[in-house]
Amino acid sequence: MQGIHDLGGREGFGVLQVEKDEPAFHHRWEAAVFAMMFAAGRAGATGNSDRFRHAIERIDPAAYLEDSYYGRWLGGLETLFVEAGVLTREAIDERAQRLGAPLTARVASRPQAPPDPIVGYDASGCLRDLSTPPRFALGDAVQTTLASSPGHTRLPAYARGRPGRITAQHGGWVFPDTHAHGAGEQPAHLYTVAFEGRDLWGPGSEPGVVVHLDLFEPYLLPRKESP
Amino acid sequence: MSHDHDHDHETPSGPALRAEALEALLLEKGLLDPAEVDAVIANYGERVGPLNGARVVARAWTDEAYRQRLLADGTAAAAELGIVGGPGGQMERLVVVENGPTVHNVVVCTLCSCYPWALLGLPPRWYKDPAYRSRVVREPRAVLREFGLEVPAEKALKVWDSSAEVRYLVLPERPEGTQGFSEEQLVALVPREAMIGVALVSEPPEAAA
Repeated sequence: MQGIHDLGGREGFGVLQVEKDEPAFHHRWEAAVFAMMFAAGRAGATGNSDRFRHAIERIDPAAYLEDSYYGRWLGGLETLFVEAGVLTREAIDERAQRLGAPLTARVASRPQAPPDPIVGYDASGCLRDLSTPPRFALGDAVQTTLASSPGHTRLPAYARGRPGRITAQHGGWVFPDTHAHGAGEQPAHLYTVAFEGRDLWGPGSEPGVVVHLDLFEPYLLPRKESP
Repeated sequence: MSHDHDHDHETPSGPALRAEALEALLLEKGLLDPAEVDAVIANYGERVGPLNGARVVARAWTDEAYRQRLLADGTAAAAELGIVGGPGGQMERLVVVENGPTVHNVVVCTLCSCYPWALLGLPPRWYKDPAYRSRVVREPRAVLREFGLEVPAEKALKVWDSSAEVRYLVLPERPEGTQGFSEEQLVALVPREAMIGVALVSEPPEAAA
């Protein structure tokens, strides 16, 4: 899905705000949210990191932009706790209001009913042996698919339907597009693909820019090069 | 007292109240221990930082064989220094990209905020903000200029968008005026920003003087 999180190449966000010597956490609640991630794991609510990422992608789009990094985590975690049946949305609302939150406050979380199956985290990681050989070799010309998975995907919108070239092979990895939804690991070959800046942004783009993405084989099609 | 310096005493933000509510409910259910929040602050606020990344860079600058192993297999070379990321450290595989006279590298995660925690600690806020994530793939030279870094037009600019579980570290160029520096002295010169690729490593002040 092309959600608000899919920020690459969007315009209008203005200059960077860089803070000198910033602390790891700006407020205690940010560290509390970090610790809640461990709590979600213990409660069996997280599933895997792909599912967690997708929970963040599903938060209210305005909250995504407004709530900062740990606010986004909070919205995602709340969704995970509710979908796992650990807490109810009503209980969280009621407590937040008792603490002073206005009734009209925006709620970032967006739990689904029924939720996707919750498939657990494999502590050994996401690298998998594949018996099938990679479809693409180093130097191969490829084209990314134009469509993307309806839910979680790691093919950013700015790189869809674009010509690129394989610059590295990374072996087999758990496929996030299915893993996030409890639809299995379905391991796929992963590649680094290089895209010329002008193929992403047009002829007026900055000179000498090459953007590299790590892309799974299902996102890639062979491309014939013009002679 | 100005608003700029007193955030914690303002009306709590929506996320702050919502976090407080969630924390209270999780405490009551026995799923969260308040000591765990303090431990997170101590661990990530004080202990885990960019020092591991700087150790890797300084070793590569002083040991040519290590530099070659690092560029060939970053994961294994980091492990040589006892830095084992794995999935928990947000670094199941590490790829190190080297700056040089003809190329400059910069790292981003446009889809979320993937970052090599095991080497650099938690990412700075600008790395997670929409401005950096949206712009650095489209106009990296303009973004780097905002950091005070002018990359000459004839130098290739490689952007690495961390879209899977591979994590990237930039190996910056060793600055002039550091001949004879010990590895330990070099470690102290390497800022986090240089390992993301938004800064160069500056010459040491005594050498520049």
